[in-house]
Amino acid sequence: MRLRLRGIEKSFGATRALSGVDLEARAGEVLALIGENGAGKSTLMKVISGAHMPDSGTMELDGQPFAPREPRQSSDAGVAMIYQELTLAPHLTAEENLVLGREPSRLGFINRTTRREQARKALEMVNHPNLPLDIPVRALSVAQQQIVEIARACASGARVVILDEPTSSLGRHDVETLFRIIARLAERGVALIYISHFLEECRTVAKNFLVLRDGKSVGGGELSKIDDAGIIRLMVGREVTELYPQAERKLGEPLIELNGLTGKCGRPHNISFKVRRGEIFGLAGLIGSGRTEILRTTFGLDRSTAGSVIVEGKPLALGAPGHSLAAGLGLLSENRKEEGLLLNRDLADNLTLSRLDVLARGGFVSRTKQLAAARNLMERLDVRAKTPTQAVGTLSGGNQQKIAFGRLLHQQADVLLLDEPTRGIDVGAKAVLYRQMLDVAQAGRAVVMVSSYLPELLGMCDTIGVMCRGELVAVRPRAEWDEHSLLTAALGRETPEEVNH
Amino acid sequence: MSDKFNQRLPWAKRYPLLGPLFGLGFVLVLFQVMVHFHSGMSFMTPNTVGFILTQTVVVATGTLGMTMIIVSGGIDLSAGSMVALTGVVAGVILRAGYSSWLAVLAAILVGAFSGLINGGIIARFNMLPFIVTLGTMSTARGLAKWVANNQSVNYNFGITEGLNGLMNTPSVLHAASAPQWWVGLGPNDLPNPIPTMTPDWLYNLCTHFMSVAPGHPGELYLPIWMPPIAVLILLVLTVGMSIVMNRSVFGRHIFALGSNEDTARLCGLRTKTLKVLVYVLAGMFIGLAGVFDVGRLRQGDPTVALGLELDIIAAVVIGGASLNGGVGSIWGAIIGALLMTSLRSGTVQMGWPSYIQEIIIGIVIVLAVGVDKIRSRGLKG
Repeated sequence: MRLRLRGIEKSFGATRALSGVDLEARAGEVLALIGENGAGKSTLMKVISGAHMPDSGTMELDGQPFAPREPRQSSDAGVAMIYQELTLAPHLTAEENLVLGREPSRLGFINRTTRREQARKALEMVNHPNLPLDIPVRALSVAQQQIVEIARACASGARVVILDEPTSSLGRHDVETLFRIIARLAERGVALIYISHFLEECRTVAKNFLVLRDGKSVGGGELSKIDDAGIIRLMVGREVTELYPQAERKLGEPLIELNGLTGKCGRPHNISFKVRRGEIFGLAGLIGSGRTEILRTTFGLDRSTAGSVIVEGKPLALGAPGHSLAAGLGLLSENRKEEGLLLNRDLADNLTLSRLDVLARGGFVSRTKQLAAARNLMERLDVRAKTPTQAVGTLSGGNQQKIAFGRLLHQQADVLLLDEPTRGIDVGAKAVLYRQMLDVAQAGRAVVMVSSYLPELLGMCDTIGVMCRGELVAVRPRAEWDEHSLLTAALGRETPEEVNH
Repeated sequence: MSDKFNQRLPWAKRYPLLGPLFGLGFVLVLFQVMVHFHSGMSFMTPNTVGFILTQTVVVATGTLGMTMIIVSGGIDLSAGSMVALTGVVAGVILRAGYSSWLAVLAAILVGAFSGLINGGIIARFNMLPFIVTLGTMSTARGLAKWVANNQSVNYNFGITEGLNGLMNTPSVLHAASAPQWWVGLGPNDLPNPIPTMTPDWLYNLCTHFMSVAPGHPGELYLPIWMPPIAVLILLVLTVGMSIVMNRSVFGRHIFALGSNEDTARLCGLRTKTLKVLVYVLAGMFIGLAGVFDVGRLRQGDPTVALGLELDIIAAVVIGGASLNGGVGSIWGAIIGALLMTSLRSGTVQMGWPSYIQEIIIGIVIVLAVGVDKIRSRGLKG
């Protein structure tokens, strides 16, 4: 047994984050750690990495007692963390990053030859000897940066590697590369802990699983012996019968219409489609195919170079988010930490920011009205929070996303432009957001949703368009798509056909 | 309306002013005790309180604008030079014989214009506020020396006349009972007539409630507890700015802008316009600070207020603001300014040399921010 945890407990003030976690990770095997956001996964990882000390319970690493007091001790003992947010120094080269903190040196001067060798060796371990070593890592793709990060962990002689949602910012092809690296690390005898919301991903990479719920380990074993429904039952403690809610909807007049919309640098290029009242329109495609840019250009965050957007028969002034907002558009950013939310401001501010004037008189905001509006939305979205006056950064990812989404509801947007609305959030939060999208559509408004998760597009949308290399290559009703055909179109293996919508 | 979500946050989050307030109280009590053992006297006499208030006015007025700028995610290093420039402009206008009102107006306009330049460059060219204001800091200092012909600007006003009256401490109703506490702050033999700048309505209000000193028809004397007019103006502006920052749409937008500019843009805020407005408004406060500085020194001097911007920034930060933007408090900044003046005043009374003052103030700034970090650490995650 490589890593063994027994009865780990941890409280913060009155909040019990962990209340009895048992975990066993074997050398050469991958353990999938599954649980809703807020179930205690992050806290558990922080305990293992030494950022938090457990209140009680024991940890063993290769049979030896293991009680790191700070992250440094944990990494010295051979436990490496790969976080969702990459932790490379963006201005340094891959080579410098790979040996950062362990630079081969003599008398304080770096031995460049040895450094190059060590960097090469590290990349070899993850099967990518040809990664460019001499350019700043910020010039590399996200996937490449992640490889550097994992290689760095391996080079430091990690015995346990913990990956936290590693695929959340990767395209499909890069995910496969990552899986190959994981398999190779397991072959070399590393114990891996893989945290993900995607059950099918867990099944692909991991042999065993452990489910956390409310800070407790509630079940585990071999993945091959349990079905998805069983795992979800363990996660939420209840049966999720219908993840994708369905309801009769009447499609009405076209609400928003894109005519040959073209963005800066030709991405997106010449996009035309209509979305009708009551419709949920999906945009599929690989990362970098221009899906996000369609939403951003429509909303006016990115500059457009040609084409027009018509909302309810009136042309929209492009390039001014304020105007788009007034015209009834609302955008949910794919990047809630960097763009979507004011992390250090409170929930009320975040929910109401885009439409403060309805809560104000004579330019002064009524705090009472603001809090009341916030409480209403929080209840509607089932936000797990203490009060609307706490900072949004103190919430778990799923609840943060509910707040970002709630802002569009407060703003009463007619057209919801949602960019990866459910990325990296738990099943419970997903269910809430799906329900809300459907409510919006049923109320005769429209939703445009970008997603990398094909089952979600197929489950929620009425119509799905596929992007490939900046162009919209196909738009068809949901019934005419399946995962295979969506992927084929996204990869550009299908001849562009007439856009008939 | 939901009755859920009514749990309480930890007290440190609910009352963010407690930290700075506690710091100020601590310093005052500490010096009270130390001065007592040092010289057997009291630190907190009306004399020192009046002195601290008067000395704080210039920095405190500056913090009103600087808090806004720092909350919006910016910084203004040109504040000190701008205080000198606006002061010199006011001085030159007074010397030419124009009214005090015109001098004040001009100073505030020059401040607003400089804010327009700062904010305009920062917003239009997307440049770092640190660099832009580092440049205008030098430019404004040079302009001040040019306007003043590289010497101080003297104007022949009495000690209570015009701008000078702003910083005077009005004395008691009866000259006979004028205590010695106010020595050094104004004329110590006679009570001060209310400054000539007093608007009619204030004059009427005062005469309605207060006696007019016998033998001086038409002249008004204010009671002992009355702080200088400048402090009163500052108090009114502080209350106003605090409401604007916390309650107005404009204020909430400033917090949003500083917390995350991308989000602000996503939410339809006109971020560039907002930035320019913030700098313009802050420039007006700096102009007013320049006026107060002239009132304090009774002359315009292009070499004053060197490094004042750092005092202002320190006060804002001690008051709980984050230099990353999105967090900050007007009242906190005022408390921060008071804390620093109290420290200065205390070390003077202890008879310590000025370098001790500087060392202590440096330590306090770092401590204040450090304590705040520790305080808020447990609240995340």
